[in-house]
Amino acid sequence: MFEYLYLVPILPLAGFLINGLLLGRLPRPVVSFVACTTVGLSFIVSLLLFFELKELPVEARVIEQVLFPWISAGSLHANIGFLLDPLSAVMILVVTGVGFLIHIYSIGYMHHDPCFGRYFTYMNLFMFSMLVLVLADNYLFMFVGWEGVGLCSYLLIGFWYEKQSASDAGKKAFIVNRIGDFGFLIGMFIIFWQVGSLDFRTVMQTAPEVFVAGGALITAACLLMFVGAIGKSAQIPLFVWLPDAMEGPTPVSALIHAATMVTAGVYMIARSNVLYLMAPDALMVVAIIGGATALFAATIGLAQNDIKRVLAYSTVSQLGYMFLACGVASFTAGIFHLMTHAFFKALLFLAAGSVIHAMSNEQDMRKMGGLKKYVPITYATMLIATLTISGIPGFSGFFSKDEILWKAFSSPYGHPILWVIGFVTAGLTAFYMFRLIYLTFHGRERMDDHTRKHLHESPKSMTVPLMALAALSVVGGFVGMPHLFGVTNYFEHWLEPVMAGASQDAASHALAAGGGDTGLELGLMFASVLLVLVAIFMARKFYHQKPELATQMCERLSGVHRILLNKYYVDEIYGAVVVRPLVNGSKFLWRIVDVLFIDGFLNGLATVYSDISQLLRTGQTGRVRTYATVFVTGVAVILALMLFG
Amino acid sequence: MNLDTIIFAISAVVAVFGAVMMIGQRNPVASVLYMIVSLVAQAVLYIQLGALFLGAVLIIVYAGAIMVLFLFVIMLLNLRGREDLGAGSPLVSKVTKFVVAGLFVLELGFVVWSGVFPDSGSTGIQSSASEFGSVKVVAELIFMKYLYPFELASILLLAAIVGAVVMAGRAAVTETDESDDDDPVKEQTVDEVHD
Amino acid sequence: MVTIPAFLIVAVVLFGIGTVGVMISRNIIILFMCVELMLNAANLAIIAFSRALNVVDGHVIVFLVLTVAAAEAAVGLAMLITIYRNRETMNIDRFSILKW
Repeated sequence: MFEYLYLVPILPLAGFLINGLLLGRLPRPVVSFVACTTVGLSFIVSLLLFFELKELPVEARVIEQVLFPWISAGSLHANIGFLLDPLSAVMILVVTGVGFLIHIYSIGYMHHDPCFGRYFTYMNLFMFSMLVLVLADNYLFMFVGWEGVGLCSYLLIGFWYEKQSASDAGKKAFIVNRIGDFGFLIGMFIIFWQVGSLDFRTVMQTAPEVFVAGGALITAACLLMFVGAIGKSAQIPLFVWLPDAMEGPTPVSALIHAATMVTAGVYMIARSNVLYLMAPDALMVVAIIGGATALFAATIGLAQNDIKRVLAYSTVSQLGYMFLACGVASFTAGIFHLMTHAFFKALLFLAAGSVIHAMSNEQDMRKMGGLKKYVPITYATMLIATLTISGIPGFSGFFSKDEILWKAFSSPYGHPILWVIGFVTAGLTAFYMFRLIYLTFHGRERMDDHTRKHLHESPKSMTVPLMALAALSVVGGFVGMPHLFGVTNYFEHWLEPVMAGASQDAASHALAAGGGDTGLELGLMFASVLLVLVAIFMARKFYHQKPELATQMCERLSGVHRILLNKYYVDEIYGAVVVRPLVNGSKFLWRIVDVLFIDGFLNGLATVYSDISQLLRTGQTGRVRTYATVFVTGVAVILALMLFG
Repeated sequence: MNLDTIIFAISAVVAVFGAVMMIGQRNPVASVLYMIVSLVAQAVLYIQLGALFLGAVLIIVYAGAIMVLFLFVIMLLNLRGREDLGAGSPLVSKVTKFVVAGLFVLELGFVVWSGVFPDSGSTGIQSSASEFGSVKVVAELIFMKYLYPFELASILLLAAIVGAVVMAGRAAVTETDESDDDDPVKEQTVDEVHD
Repeated sequence: MVTIPAFLIVAVVLFGIGTVGVMISRNIIILFMCVELMLNAANLAIIAFSRALNVVDGHVIVFLVLTVAAAEAAVGLAMLITIYRNRETMNIDRFSILKW
């Protein structure tokens, strides 16, 4: 079975090629059939591979399939090869599984779009790139997928390119990502310079011998790669592109900007866990940036009125959680949260898409309300997702989030302050998510009559994926229940071979620091649940029972509210600090340096040559006899020189 | 003043005379005929130098075949020497050309005169009684020592034939096609020929 | 008894006439024959050298030159026909479009 590993990424590629090459010639049912089948088959192959991998003994759970050498220049060797281990197995399951559901959903959602074929072509290309990213067996090939998902992100954000804002958002995402990619590349170069290889297994094995633990080089390499992760996973200060990415179709937001692509940074750090463990300073930066982003984005989410924007900032915030987990060397918790987040955030976005679909493309929550009875399935699934993200015990989000919080507190790399940040963020998350629920589904109906008449539940192709994702959101957490409840944490156990260094290290430290303190863990868990319940209660009070309270609150804290509403003016600050000087500098280079000096010099040179040529071309009569005469004269002269010279 | 010298003198003068007259003619047909005269005289010179085989080849192939090819072309194009060739070049340019050519010839003559080449070496028809230059000797060289150059020359000829047909034939073919459009009988015969 | 240089002088004179012809002739056919004449002059010189050195190999070279001349004549005449068809003239000075 393992020899079919290549099928996982190749199948979506085949779908991309079929739909892309025959773009506009295939009828819609065929397009959607090809796109969904290839991804579905890919999911089935992933499942079979997963079960096969499970059968193997723990030490043997690393399968490498090298298709062919790709680059072989000097000491640089890179293969087109795939690496299947517990980590990438989890990733391909999440990517293909969630991706498949979203493909199904898209059939219904994109039904009216004239560019149906182009949409599925891009989606399949995205699936291929993402699978390459998670399956690659070396950094360089991973970078191909890394760039590929960036490209697809650009294409899909700007999918409705007739809209100026959409094409601008696409460009913004691409450019901001590019800054991160630059860091990633340099980090990769440092690794290659020191290790002499980019192969994951070689790097992980030789890194401890090559690098000095905690040294400047390894720290620099880790930090630079983290810059790449910041760009791709939308952390401070490069998060600005993600909220704008909501210009794309909603399933795209669900797939790319919530469930899969943005988690690439987390995956990359987990994949490089050996390197990061050798650079505690870099880990600290990761934790701080992750925590700061989680809190920062959550506060912005409090004041947004666009339903998708709230979810976008929530995504940024949850990604911050994952980085917080990685930063405290609990990579397993980060990946666990990545998985559960993929389920519930995809669900939230798809449900939001369903709401938007029902509301005739209205995204402003202030114009919704009372939708509960019109779209019952959407409401139910979205409520489940909201409970999950808030961390209500029993839902998957609770387990993953709580593990991160506990690790932030207890891990040797953790700190109580980090825990406090995560704790507060959890409260804020519950608050703004329930604000969303109450504004959208409860209370007074604030839409106009025309929209109300058209309110309808979405078709089956949309609601079935919602229900599937809701089920996953509920049960997905049980694979990673904490030891506290006296059960095995299957998830941690599963990832142990990949995170060997991390878990052993952390476990020993945790024991030394008295980390086995069940009472403390239980207490913290109780505290966070309590906070969440309070937050939900407050949201209910503000936005459901006494809406006027919220307005009063806004007025009293108008300054704060305005700052939050305008997202801390980050875009404006970037505009003034980065974009405007860049534009002005470019204008200077264009008008003065380029047009005046460079063009002037080149044009002058061309003029000189053209004038000389005008002079010389009078000698070119085009007449054979003249040429013959000149030729004979030349022969005579040369002969004379030879004879008499 | 033996017979050899007389034959040499006559054929040399005739060869040069034919060449000069060839240039001066207005009618290309006359030019070709003078060229043949010059070639025949040159063939005599070849034979005097012992090149019996080549002398014969020169007359048969050059005078006989290539020059006739020229005649064919002239007649095909129906040239009568009455074509308007425009005004001639100015006198200065003509003089210049003659001066340049004259200088060139003088230089070459100087090379010969300066005695770089041996004036010995037997010439004349009598001395070629030996095997030198006979068909047998040349043939042995061609088919043994120089077999590959000889075969390459045949490929060159083939290429030249193909090239000539492609260049001169294309326009003719299209013309025939046009005229043949409404004549199925003719097409059939063409097909038969192809079979 | 005629000496070898005498033949060479004849060859030089014929070559010179050919050169002059190429330079002054305006008729393509005559120009073309002048080129043939120059080839023949060179052949004559080669045969003379061959005689002087008493080596028959020179004859093979002349033979090959004749072959090339035949090939050249065939291709050249084909070109000539094509040109004439397009331009309806034999005047070499009219074919001066190979310039800017």
